[in-house]
Amino acid sequence: MTLKVRTPPQTNLAPIGTYGEAFLAEIFRRMFLIRTFELKVNDLFLQGVMPGTIHLSHGQEATTVGTCLALAEDDLVTLTHRGHGQALAKGVAPSSLMAELFGRETGCCGGMGGSLHVGDIAVGALPAIAIVGASSAIATGVAFAFKRRGERRVACNFFGEGTANKGDWHEAMNLAAIWQLPVVFLCENNLYAVSTHISESMAIEYVAERAAAYGMPGLTVYGNDPITVYEAVHEAAEHARSGGGPALVECLTYRRGGHKRDDPSTYRPKSEVEAWFKQDPLPAFRTRLLSDGRFDESRLVAIEGSVRDEIDGAVQFALDSPFPPTSNAGTNIYA
Amino acid sequence: MPDSEVASVSQQPPTNRRLTIVQALREALSEEMRANPDVFVMGEDIRIGGSFLFTLGLADKFGPERVLDTPISEAGFIGLAIGAAIQGMRPVVDFQYGDFIFCAMDQIVQQAAKLRYMSGGQVKIPLVLQLPSGASGRGAQHANSIETFFFGVPGLKIVTPATPYDAKGLLRAAINDDNTVLFCVHKHLYGSKGRPLSDSALSIGHVPEEPYTIDLGVADIKKDGSDVTVVANSQMLHRSLAVATQLETEGVSVEVIDPRTLVPFDVDCVLKSVDKTGRLLIVEEGQRRGGWGGFLAAEVADHGFGSLDAPIRRLAGPDSPIPFSPPLEASVIPSEARIRAEVLALLQ
Repeated sequence: MTLKVRTPPQTNLAPIGTYGEAFLAEIFRRMFLIRTFELKVNDLFLQGVMPGTIHLSHGQEATTVGTCLALAEDDLVTLTHRGHGQALAKGVAPSSLMAELFGRETGCCGGMGGSLHVGDIAVGALPAIAIVGASSAIATGVAFAFKRRGERRVACNFFGEGTANKGDWHEAMNLAAIWQLPVVFLCENNLYAVSTHISESMAIEYVAERAAAYGMPGLTVYGNDPITVYEAVHEAAEHARSGGGPALVECLTYRRGGHKRDDPSTYRPKSEVEAWFKQDPLPAFRTRLLSDGRFDESRLVAIEGSVRDEIDGAVQFALDSPFPPTSNAGTNIYA
Repeated sequence: MPDSEVASVSQQPPTNRRLTIVQALREALSEEMRANPDVFVMGEDIRIGGSFLFTLGLADKFGPERVLDTPISEAGFIGLAIGAAIQGMRPVVDFQYGDFIFCAMDQIVQQAAKLRYMSGGQVKIPLVLQLPSGASGRGAQHANSIETFFFGVPGLKIVTPATPYDAKGLLRAAINDDNTVLFCVHKHLYGSKGRPLSDSALSIGHVPEEPYTIDLGVADIKKDGSDVTVVANSQMLHRSLAVATQLETEGVSVEVIDPRTLVPFDVDCVLKSVDKTGRLLIVEEGQRRGGWGGFLAAEVADHGFGSLDAPIRRLAGPDSPIPFSPPLEASVIPSEARIRAEVLALLQ
């Protein structure tokens, strides 16, 4: 089999002129926050300061931020093993996230979860489920409770394209559809399940094609533009919120790093990497903001400066925080 | 699929109602569903009662919104139940056969048992799985002692009731517990119509009409005795009691303890008994290797060695799949004859 290189789709991006300044600035801030957080984590890891393992999400910021801003604050997202960006996009505090990665007591999970299990249910981010496919049914159950109680809330299930070959995922899609539950299945299609290209694991081109088989709408969008993602997810979420049942949104994106910290990602064809890196979502959105006319360079630099300070503060907060007492190893096994 | 109520239970005055285990379980579930709108039940074919008639008639009483038929989709609906539980509902999931739980292994072992722990206590998962367990003449894939597989998984509770009275009180406690509870009932103990019922004086028994709860983690001394302690659960309790009753007439006094819940395990109750008798036999249907009896033997060796007058004995199922051929199946599950022989050997 020869690998079919997939370059970023050519797409006419939605205009941003109709969106308010504060909203656009917040998109940029969150994307820059995720990028800065991930690169800082990478540095700390290479310095040997940070324990555990890490799966970085830089390159996928437009998808996570566009998605989370399209949801209501009290909607709930489930996170993947590549969850730092999803958590920050939903509003988990960078300091508590960084402290969690360092295994500190002040971490969002008290240091009990680490990089693979970050989340804060208080902001609607269920601590991450790092087993591929397992979270889809759980998100569906959250949506079941929302619907049963008559709450107009939506559950959003982040998953990667590799998940769409797991039986659990198919079972969840089916249950959500037959019971018309308010779930948005949000696929971050970054083309690779570790090293396996999507064309080697699926005989179809897009994950969203599978939605029709379950009787729900499915949409594939360009995932490196936050506005495109926002509009698609907003439509899907409102469809679910108003009783229309689940929907699948597939966002085509690309990770800038390897699968995890020690993966040089040499299995990706150079031409593909170059094509996607040229459409890096962060500089692309920055350029769009500058060309919109309402933003100037100094305003964006100010946002970037404040985010950098916030991340530096988060690292300091984490390093200043104590490890949990060893006795905590025996807590929360049972409620 | 049987579709009518058990007919064999004799009509008794309400003060001494005698129910089967499945009737007692159904009553407990009904009481909880009436009391709490967050309780619902789901599973395969449960609107017509489910495989062991646990939910017979409940769809009429509570409607299809709270008695949900699922697709054949164990991993999916267990995951769904976990999500609903995280949001504060109290799902009860009925399995046709507990043996099908392995299709949902990840959801139970990696999700239900761990999400609270790894999130630093951010979530609770109050969830009950109703699991018909043990061998009942159906070959190896429908004969697993489910409790054995999950005994070593932190974060789960495991209940194995053996009498109707215990079944009702323990199920009410399980539904009100804030953790995931595996509620394993031997297939021979339900007393559902069309199913063989273990031939024991305790298979059908008195169950008060009023609600009551039996705390998880509290063993019950089913028969007092002074010469030997037998710890046995589920169907093995019935066999052990039959042996103990017979031996009593022969001058041997056997104390029989039903742990009732395997997690948490009431080790203290066993230690106290062994302190009195000095001899211990542990009987379980599940396989010997990795069974809960090994755990209990080690606990008693650690904390009650000074009380022992003889080595601890164990009887358990085989370290093999369960064979179909009826005499072969019977030969590998601890029988009354083998329990009796072990008790007598302990006294020599």
